[in-house]
Amino acid sequence: MTPETARTIAVDVNGVSYEREVEARKLLIHFLRDDLDLTGSHVGCDTGNCGACSVLLDGVLLKSCMLLAVQADGTSIRTVEGLGSDGELDALQQAFADHHALQCGYCTPGMLMSASWLLERNPRPSEEEIRRAIQGNICRCTGYVNIVRAVQAASGQEVSE
Amino acid sequence: MLLREVEYARPASVGDAVRLLAERDGARALAGGQTLVNVMKARAASPDVVVDLNGLEELKGIELGPDGTLEIGAMTTYTEIVESAEARARPILGEVCAQIADVQVRNRGTIGGNVCSNDPTNHLPPLVVALGGTMTIRGTGGERTVPAEEFFLGVYMTAAGPGELLTTVTIPAGKADGFASLPIGRDGTCIVNVAASLDGGAPRVVVGCVDAVPVLVRPESAEDDAVRGAVRAAGLQPPDDVHAPAEYRRHLAEVLAVRAVRAAKERAS
Repeated sequence: MTPETARTIAVDVNGVSYEREVEARKLLIHFLRDDLDLTGSHVGCDTGNCGACSVLLDGVLLKSCMLLAVQADGTSIRTVEGLGSDGELDALQQAFADHHALQCGYCTPGMLMSASWLLERNPRPSEEEIRRAIQGNICRCTGYVNIVRAVQAASGQEVSE
Repeated sequence: MLLREVEYARPASVGDAVRLLAERDGARALAGGQTLVNVMKARAASPDVVVDLNGLEELKGIELGPDGTLEIGAMTTYTEIVESAEARARPILGEVCAQIADVQVRNRGTIGGNVCSNDPTNHLPPLVVALGGTMTIRGTGGERTVPAEEFFLGVYMTAAGPGELLTTVTIPAGKADGFASLPIGRDGTCIVNVAASLDGGAPRVVVGCVDAVPVLVRPESAEDDAVRGAVRAAGLQPPDDVHAPAEYRRHLAEVLAVRAVRAAKERAS
């Protein structure tokens, strides 16, 4: 419990165990991207507003730019690289592709994580629930309509006109 | 963003946390981090040591007493309050927490962090004052309690001083509560917010975002005119900024106070 400027942490990311020494000042997003080379999660705004860095930490959706990497010690993390398997897209990712739910694609990793978190807890969300679930994710192409449609399709629902 | 170099400590108990906070002038408690980490990025705060409270189970959870009193651990997240069956004993708590920012922030941000940061635009300072809450603060010398209306001292300043830690927010039984706000976009930062409670005598109407601390107003009755008049008589001097001139905030304070009290009345009946 003595304060330290760096410490060794052990994390499980997408089923792979890592042990690394990290500086206390390093944000989790930079640990994922720079130390583990998991560059799927993006840094959009760096101010906690855009949600492009969203990941699941012990199953809880959060923005990895608002957490120190040392705080993740002992946790299990899921990033966008953890969706799908064996090079195949999962149903949500496929729905994003089918419904043109990405334009520049920068917000997509965060959108996918937020939508995954929603569908895990609420398998048939209403349009309103989908919109509120992605409230913490900004798409600067403003492509929200197709993102909502993709989440509807992924949950086996009729897609809004 | 690379933060300024900082030391990190993860105490094993509240006692250890308080000791660490008291030992070093530049030590800050790290709760959910949804404010602190951001102000560290902007260098608006540059603590030498962050004392991470996230592992402290004794600061988490909600207990409902037999008399309806809620004891909410300072490290309880907004999402936990929204989803807690116990917290429904005072439904306004979950309703307001569900309006804070977004899913990710609600999953991580805590009631203790919200009140201790005391940003004047935060949702919970006016709410805990309206509900007649009590704050339990632990220091190296022991524990003390402070009524919510005496807890907020200034912008970013509360009665939980250096070397101290808010451990519990206690909310008495009640249900005739209301909350009204004008946020910047849905669930955004509030331009003005008002919490009201009709439990326990004359209405407690508390206006946020208009001063350094929540402003408690006690109208004689819950009638619209009485509420509006009492808020006007409070002589609010809200800030002018890009979102609203002071005059508009004064107007909003009256309108939102009436709406909050009406909501409280509906729940009372």
